[in-house]
Amino acid sequence: MAAGVAAWLPFARAAAIGWMPVANLPMPIAPTEKNKRQDELIILNVSGRRFQTWRNTLDRYPDTLLGSSEKEFFYNEETKEYFFDRDPDVFRSVLNFYRTGKLHYPRYECISSYDEELAFFGIVPEIIGDCCYEEYKDRKRENAERLMDDQEDNKDAKLPNMTFRETMWRAFENPHTSTMALVFYYVTGFFIAVSVITNVVETVPCGSVPNQKEVPCGERYTVAFFCMDTACVMIFTVEYLMRLFAAPSRYRFMRSVMSIIDVVAILPYYIGLVMTDNEDVSGAFVTLRVFRVFRIFKFSRHSQGLRILGYTLKSCASELGFLLFSLTMAIIIFATVMFYAEKGSSSSKFTSIPASFWYTIVTMTTLGYGDMVPKTIAGKIFGSICSLSGVLVIALPVPVIVSNFSRIYHQNQRADKRRAQKVQKARLARIRISKTGSSSAFLHSKRNGLFNEALELTSSTEEEQRLSKSTSLLESQHHHLLHCLEKTTNHEFVDEQYYQQSYLEGGLQNYPSRSPSLSSQDGMTGTCCTRRSKKHHTPLPNASAPAHMQPLTHTHTHQQGLQELSTIHIQPLSTSRSSLNMRVDDPAPLNCQSSQITTAIISIPTPPVTTPEGDAHLPAGPAHQNVVKVSAL
Amino acid sequence: MSCRKRCKREIFKFAQYLFRLVTGTLSTDSVEDELELSTVRHRPEGLEQLEARTRFSRKELQILYRGFKNECPSGVVNEDTFKDIYAQFFPQGDASTYAHFLFNAFDTDHNGSVSFVDFVMGLSILLRGTVQEKLNWAFNLYDINKDGYITKEEMLDIMKAIYDMMGKCTYPVLKEETPRQHVEVFFQKMDKNKDGVVTIDEFIDCCQNDENIMRSMHLFENVL
Repeated sequence: MAAGVAAWLPFARAAAIGWMPVANLPMPIAPTEKNKRQDELIILNVSGRRFQTWRNTLDRYPDTLLGSSEKEFFYNEETKEYFFDRDPDVFRSVLNFYRTGKLHYPRYECISSYDEELAFFGIVPEIIGDCCYEEYKDRKRENAERLMDDQEDNKDAKLPNMTFRETMWRAFENPHTSTMALVFYYVTGFFIAVSVITNVVETVPCGSVPNQKEVPCGERYTVAFFCMDTACVMIFTVEYLMRLFAAPSRYRFMRSVMSIIDVVAILPYYIGLVMTDNEDVSGAFVTLRVFRVFRIFKFSRHSQGLRILGYTLKSCASELGFLLFSLTMAIIIFATVMFYAEKGSSSSKFTSIPASFWYTIVTMTTLGYGDMVPKTIAGKIFGSICSLSGVLVIALPVPVIVSNFSRIYHQNQRADKRRAQKVQKARLARIRISKTGSSSAFLHSKRNGLFNEALELTSSTEEEQRLSKSTSLLESQHHHLLHCLEKTTNHEFVDEQYYQQSYLEGGLQNYPSRSPSLSSQDGMTGTCCTRRSKKHHTPLPNASAPAHMQPLTHTHTHQQGLQELSTIHIQPLSTSRSSLNMRVDDPAPLNCQSSQITTAIISIPTPPVTTPEGDAHLPAGPAHQNVVKVSAL
Repeated sequence: MSCRKRCKREIFKFAQYLFRLVTGTLSTDSVEDELELSTVRHRPEGLEQLEARTRFSRKELQILYRGFKNECPSGVVNEDTFKDIYAQFFPQGDASTYAHFLFNAFDTDHNGSVSFVDFVMGLSILLRGTVQEKLNWAFNLYDINKDGYITKEEMLDIMKAIYDMMGKCTYPVLKEETPRQHVEVFFQKMDKNKDGVVTIDEFIDCCQNDENIMRSMHLFENVL
């Protein structure tokens, strides 16, 4: 419940009067405001700047420094104010959190100083409002990465117990760790370059043997090129196998992009070795040699920029896809139009629509080779429209891609999009938890709820202070309100799990027991109750307690309908009233024996008045008197 | 309107559109921004008058107003804000229907918004009023169409709204006919002459004879 609406709680409680005539059961007692003070202004002196606020405002969050008694440590007797030697600028946000219930992150603040202040004042940064949360998380991540970067530079120190495998992997990933790694790095780089150059030079026509046409160098010096190729492939294979051996997770390594490039680079050679010199397959073999050009991608291990480019393209996949799609649409449209426009003219190169595709692409990208030109007037008009629109269609997604690239380049190509999704999911989960938190807080306090009611009746203040948890007055009033609603409707709030469970057990008219076998299909039975009461025998050391229980349980069996639920209170406090998750092993409730008995008697009606309408008007009034007397024992 | 005139108007609009297309004015600023000025800024009457009209002390009025203004800086609550605020107190269920009825009960002049005066008048009755006044207010809440009679349908609506606030995860599991049964019980109790409606006199009579209800009326007296 946001603190902002805390001011409306009195209204919500007053409006609950609207339920009263409808309810058939007595309402629970309202929590009293113990030692209610007049709302006073308190002065918070933060490094000389004085802030003033109502005491109630600070009390809204009792688990923070300012809301709890921890601030008394900072109280200055002479000046009658609370002095904090902290940053007053950040304190503004902290105080605004109390006032409005929303925590904002000021953009000009340094993230680590802000975090420190929040930690000092006991505020969890997760509750930063939606408006500032993204910014906060971004800055935090940047900061963390910067710290990590600093740490990585110090990571060169070798850990003593690294296995040979780990050493090798580190050497591969980070060539600056040792001289061997550096040598290896440069050697492989050199061979990649050699291999690529070889592939290129192979096709250059070098010198002609007389009375023969020009031959490419590859065919002239076949042996030499073959040896060169073999040597490179040897090196690459060895390198790949070594990486595979050293990889901490071989499966993951084999799936990574770099290793696929490695494999594609060396495979054609081996395939070529295996294949025979058959005429039919040599055509296919030639095609395979094309893949040797992929060796150039191996350079991306050596070049950061290349990796960034690859990552940019990957992350701009949607923009690229859109570009492609829109281009395709436009091409098809214009090709069709041009084809039909040029159909009339003779000797037109626009023989079919696919043939017009070439013209459209060349025109839209403003290349304009001139091998196909429209001759009719209509063709020329549409051609010009085509080139104008081409400029537009291509120009639109390009800035997006460019800005992406620069952003990623500046962020050093971390995989933040993937992490952002996880963070977003985690955050939604956290918000959901906090939403259910308030309802689960209610369910949780119900178990202690009966305590506090009993305690208030016996008015034993020491036990009160001991057992009342940190539920603020606001919370207890809110819980009382929910309690009244339960009484009005004669149903109770339960948590999700129990609801699922009871729903599955189906058609629950009657009070189910814990084990399904005992689910009372034939209505309230004595066995059901006595079994339950027997269960409570053991944890209660006070022998008189069960004695009190027994007569009460007997009335259980004779009730029906709405009255059943009202007699739930028989159960000692170790169980939550609603569910049969009998926490009989819970040691805490057993501290107050007297209060257990007290509570049990409150809710049992003195002989239930079954009016003709079948209502249960449970006069708890006279029972109150009994209560006081018993507890005095 | 004659066909000719209509055609003329259409042609004129088309010509305007072409003109705009050619000269390149972007989206024309329509006349929507007139409506923006109607944000209501409501100021309640003075503290003395409110003190006289309600049973709250000065300090209490101050506290109430501060809370009210915090959540609704414009000085009035409209129904959606009201529903939002009320829903925050009942996270497990759907409080919007009941909040709607509550809103109508507070909005005594039925102008669609609850000002601070309405709010504090309502609270004065609920917290400091006599039992008679409180019962009157409750009757007014149940009587949705404010005709002086509570019919079974009205009561059923109210009952469903209350049960909606419980949400899904209840024990025992909420059934379809639970609100209806509850309404039956209510009518059996309240409707003395069995004519199918509950009048204000029947209602007040019956409630005054019911100890539980009497006691619970005093429950929230120390709220402020």
